[in-house]
Formats: sequence, structure tokens, C-alpha cells
Amino acid sequence: MSDTPLLQLRNITKTFGSVQALTDVDFEVRAGEVMALVGDNGAGKTTLVKCIAGTHSADHGQILFEGNEVHIHGPKDAARLGIEVVYQDLALCDNLDVVQNMYLGREVNRAQILSEAPMEQHTAETLKTLAVTTIKSVRQTVATLSGGQRQSVAVARAVMWNSKLVVLDEPTAALGVAQTEQVLELVRRLGHQGLGVLLISHNLHDVFETADRITVLRLGRNVGVFDRRKTTQQSVVEAITAGVPTKVAGISSTAGAGAAT
Amino acid sequence: MSSADVVGADNAPPPPLEEEQLPGGFRGARDRMWLNVRTGNLGSIPIIVGELAVVIFFAFSATNFFTSVNFVNLITETAGTALLAYGVVFVLLLGEIDLSIGYVAGIGAVIVAELQLPGRNLQMNGLLAILIAVAVCAVIGALQGSIVAFVGVPSFVVTLGGFLIFEGVILNVLQQRGSIVIQDRWINYTDLYIFSPAAGWIIAAIFTALYPLSVLYKKIVARGTEIAQQSWTSAILKTIGIGIAAFGTVAICNHGKIIETPEGLPLAGVIMVFFFVVLTFLSKWTTFGRHVYAVGGNAEAARRAGINVPRIRVIVFAISGAMAAIGGIVFAAQVNSVGLTFPPGNLLLNAIASAVIGGVSLFGGRGEVRGALLGALLIGTLQNGLLLLNVSNGWIYIITGLVLLGAVTLDTVAVRLQARSGR
Repeated sequence: MSDTPLLQLRNITKTFGSVQALTDVDFEVRAGEVMALVGDNGAGKTTLVKCIAGTHSADHGQILFEGNEVHIHGPKDAARLGIEVVYQDLALCDNLDVVQNMYLGREVNRAQILSEAPMEQHTAETLKTLAVTTIKSVRQTVATLSGGQRQSVAVARAVMWNSKLVVLDEPTAALGVAQTEQVLELVRRLGHQGLGVLLISHNLHDVFETADRITVLRLGRNVGVFDRRKTTQQSVVEAITAGVPTKVAGISSTAGAGAAT
Repeated sequence: MSSADVVGADNAPPPPLEEEQLPGGFRGARDRMWLNVRTGNLGSIPIIVGELAVVIFFAFSATNFFTSVNFVNLITETAGTALLAYGVVFVLLLGEIDLSIGYVAGIGAVIVAELQLPGRNLQMNGLLAILIAVAVCAVIGALQGSIVAFVGVPSFVVTLGGFLIFEGVILNVLQQRGSIVIQDRWINYTDLYIFSPAAGWIIAAIFTALYPLSVLYKKIVARGTEIAQQSWTSAILKTIGIGIAAFGTVAICNHGKIIETPEGLPLAGVIMVFFFVVLTFLSKWTTFGRHVYAVGGNAEAARRAGINVPRIRVIVFAISGAMAAIGGIVFAAQVNSVGLTFPPGNLLLNAIASAVIGGVSLFGGRGEVRGALLGALLIGTLQNGLLLLNVSNGWIYIITGLVLLGAVTLDTVAVRLQARSGR
């Protein structure tokens, strides 16, 4: 792990009218780690992600990507930096096959005529490197895939474009036990491959299965960053429900910081 | 935990591609076909079987049905409907509907008729008139599409408005004259021109060659990769099938004689197949076509993937308008005139029914241009044969309706079967 975080947010504040969605939030994701972002409903998780994805821009604060200050004004800016977001509702086209979905909107073409061969080959390779082996044929339509396989396709699509940071919004929300396991395995593997992964989840079990570190938001404030190996679900739950805002910037000052009550 | 759902170990080899699990050769082709039938992936089989059944039925019951002359008639009658139906396919692929095409076809026909009228400053070459008519109707389609895409009015309402407006326009233009006779030979050729026997054979050879050439191209591109390829057997079988259809059509057409004038392949049929090829290419081989399927499958996903969804919608409605104009001109050429009874009766519904019978889903994202051609041929054959049997118009409507209902029911059952078998 390098010393410069892949993504660093400093003092991010965002208000919607009179609602203070985020207050002075510091946050970071390092390359090669899975950072989980947890918090109750309305804690500001989605708003924070939207600031990173460029859907919203923060009122105050700085965003640093690979140590340089950046301004993300839209999904295209985010994509250019190497940030890909996999949304909860997948955003796949059921009627198209795996290859067609992987290249949706970015088809390889020569004078508008599709070049299927390189697309198919690269899709197969990407799925192979991610060890997504349950998909029988990359020419199956997505409608015939299981929930876990679809999520794998969505994640693989995000990874394929030389992305450096993959943001996963509730990737296991609608999945069964086996399929959840399948997706979590994939998430872990992304971290091993040196990508930064930001995992948003309600499910602490999933978080403890995959994350290296856990950031807890409560009422729009960062109330603690936990090292998964040095904490318990109990302390994270306490932080989620009753955490007190602390100014945190890294692991050192954090372990158990949320357990103030 | 079923084994299928578990992620394999890191270095596990990927399972073989589905195509390769079945043996090659004729047995493989047969097994694959049977697998498809069992799992409800029927493709064009039901409609081709239906068409053959209808042809055989009329061959035995209607005296003049199985003649070369009637065959040529059948092609020219079907061409107009098929041309409109191609446009309908694109609109349906988006999950939209275009109810205006019947009268947009009328507008196209009126424009060419007006522009070819002799003794006017406007009179011009028929080909130029056709180009102008098609362009105007494409713009009409694009305008309707813009209201759908940018304002968000449902296409049903927009094009229902168009239906009434263009009907009104045609009534106003034709009110005084009743009908306009078309004398320009280029315009009339669109339906009535007959190729010489030799030219017919050459055209059949060209269209037959297109499919194996496309397969060959794909094989060359995929050379040296692990991409699953179509087997030679299936490619050869399909080529033979297409060849029989193309050369058979020309053979039957060339065989006919009206009194002493020899018949031949009608230009209308060539136009019909030409646009089938062009629009199949557009829908399956280009970025635009891919985006049409994507928008029809999940517009939100398409938008997030960076596809300009409104642009796709506008272009598709423009295609619908342009195809309506071309079909309308072919219809007008059939009777050498445009009158107040234009478009012929149920053109709009026949065109939509053709696409739907051909397996194009009304909910978007599923279907092929090929379906519209097969559907139009089935409807055309039915109506042609029933007329020869002196069946009343009422019964023709009833039977067409039953066929539509049957085809869609079969399709729905097939889709459910497909979902159950998880393919």
C-alpha cells in the first residue's frame, strides 16, 4: 500500500436546502483495499457516493485523487479519473448478452460497424481474470443469468475500463446466500488485484467478510474508521447507532473510537 | 449451495462454451435445433411452418393460387406492407408504437403524385420526387419522435394525433380532385417493373451470396481466437435454404405469362428484400442498432452507459416515417394513382400485425427485421388466398385476427417456457 491514498476527501460538506446531509466528512480509500462505508438510513452514504461519482458536487471541501486535487462535475469526469460506480439496480439490459452489456455505450466499432470479435474476446478474458467461471457463455442474454452472475457482470464491466476505484452500492442487497458469497469473493479479489474498492452496505456480515477497513457515517458525520481485524461487529453497530463525531484521518486514531458511549 | 452458484477457484479452466458441447455435423445441427425447440427458443420456425401450411392449403383449395401470375401478384401486394412493417420493427424494439404510418404512407404517395403532375412548374423526375417524399416523411417521423423523446408525451398519443392530422391533410389535398393519376414511369416502376429472366437470376445469386459472405467475414475476424463460431454445417444448410427461396422465387416468377407478355421478378419484391438486408444490417451490425436494442431493453441502463437515448428515439421514428413513405409509394404505384381511399383499408394494422406475428415484442428489446418480412408474407398469402376463394372481407379480417392472436399466444407461451428452462 502506498502512502498516498487513492481517493481522499477532506472536510466535505453538502447541504440540500436546510438539510445538512454531510458535515465536514473526511474519508479515504487506498489502492488495494476494500473500504466499507456503513451507516443507518439517512446517514449520508448515498450523498457521499454521489459526490464521488459526480452526480452531486460538494459545497465545501476537497477531493484528492492519487494525491492531486480534482473536481468531479459529472459521471464522465469520474470515469476519466478511473472511478466506476456499480449501482444497486444494476443497470444491465436484460435483452442483451453479456458481451453487449459489458460494452454498452462503448462498443468497439470501425465506422459505426460493430467489431464483435475483440469485444467477445476481451469480455471472456476479463471474466477469466476475475475468476467469474459460472457464466457458461458470454453470448447468453443477461436475462438468463442468476442474480449473482448479473452482479458479477456489472462489477466486471466497471473493472474492465482500466478503473482504479470501483464503487459498489449495496451489491448483495437482492441476493441469496450462495450468490452473495459469489459476489463477496469477487469484491475481495478486486482488492487483491490492486484496485481501490468502496463497498456500501447495510449488511455488517458482508462488510466483515470482505472489508479491510470500515468507515461509519452517522447523521452526515464520520464517526469512526475501524480496522476490520482489530474490531468487532458490536463496536461498529454502536458507532452506527450512537457514534460521536471524531476528527479522524486514518487508522491510527480510530480503532474503537466509536465505542465512546 | 448449488455448485452452479459458487465461484470457481482462481485457476479453474472456464467451462466449454455451450455451442461446443454439442457434436458438430448434421447430427449436431439437429440436436441443437431440438434443444432450442424443447426450451421454447422457436425462432422463425412456427411462422415458416405456418406459411408453408397456408401455401399448401390454398394450393389445393384455390384454383388460381398456385400460378406464377398470382405469385407475382402476391409479391407486389406484400411488398408495401412489409416495407412499413420494417419501420414498425424499429419502433417496437424501443417499446414505442407508431400509429401514424398508414397516413404518413399516404402523405408520401400524395407528395410523389403532386410532384409528377404534368403541366405544372413543379413537375420533376419521378426519382427526385420519390427522394423528396421519403425525406419529408422522415422529417415528419423525426418531429413526432422529438415530441416523444424530448417532451415525454407517450408515443401512442403523439402518433394518434399524427394519424388524425395526416388523414386530414390528405383529405384536404385530394378533396377537389378526388384522386391523382400517376403517369411517371419511375414511380410506377416501383411496383410494376419486371426484370428479365436473366436479370432475375443474377439478383437471386447476389442476395443468396450475402449470407455466406457475412458468415465468412465473421469467421475470418474470429480466426485465431477462442470465440464460439457458427458451425460450417449450419451455415451451409442456411445458405442452401436461402438459395432455394431466392432461386425458387425467380424460377416461379420467370415461368409466368399474362396472355403473351412474359412475367418475371417484380422490382417491388427486390425493393422489399433490399430494405430487409439494409435494415437487418443496421439493426445487427452497427452501433446504432445495438443502442436501439439497449434502449428498448432498459432505457435507464442505456442512459447511464452514456447512450444518447433521445437521439436514438428521434432517428427510429424518422426511419419509421421514411419506410412508411417508401411503402406508400409502392402501394400508389400498384394502382397508378392516389385517391381518397388511400391508404388501403387496414394498412396500419396489417403492418403492425406483420411485425408482431414475426415475433417482435410490443414491450421493446426483442425481435428482428426478419420477423416483419415473414409476418408480412404470411398475412399477404392469407389475404391473397382467401380473396381467390371468394371469401368475404368480414371473414378475411376474422381469420387475420385469429392468426395474429394465435401467433402472439404461441410466442408468449414460448417465452414462458424459455424462462422456465433458464435460457
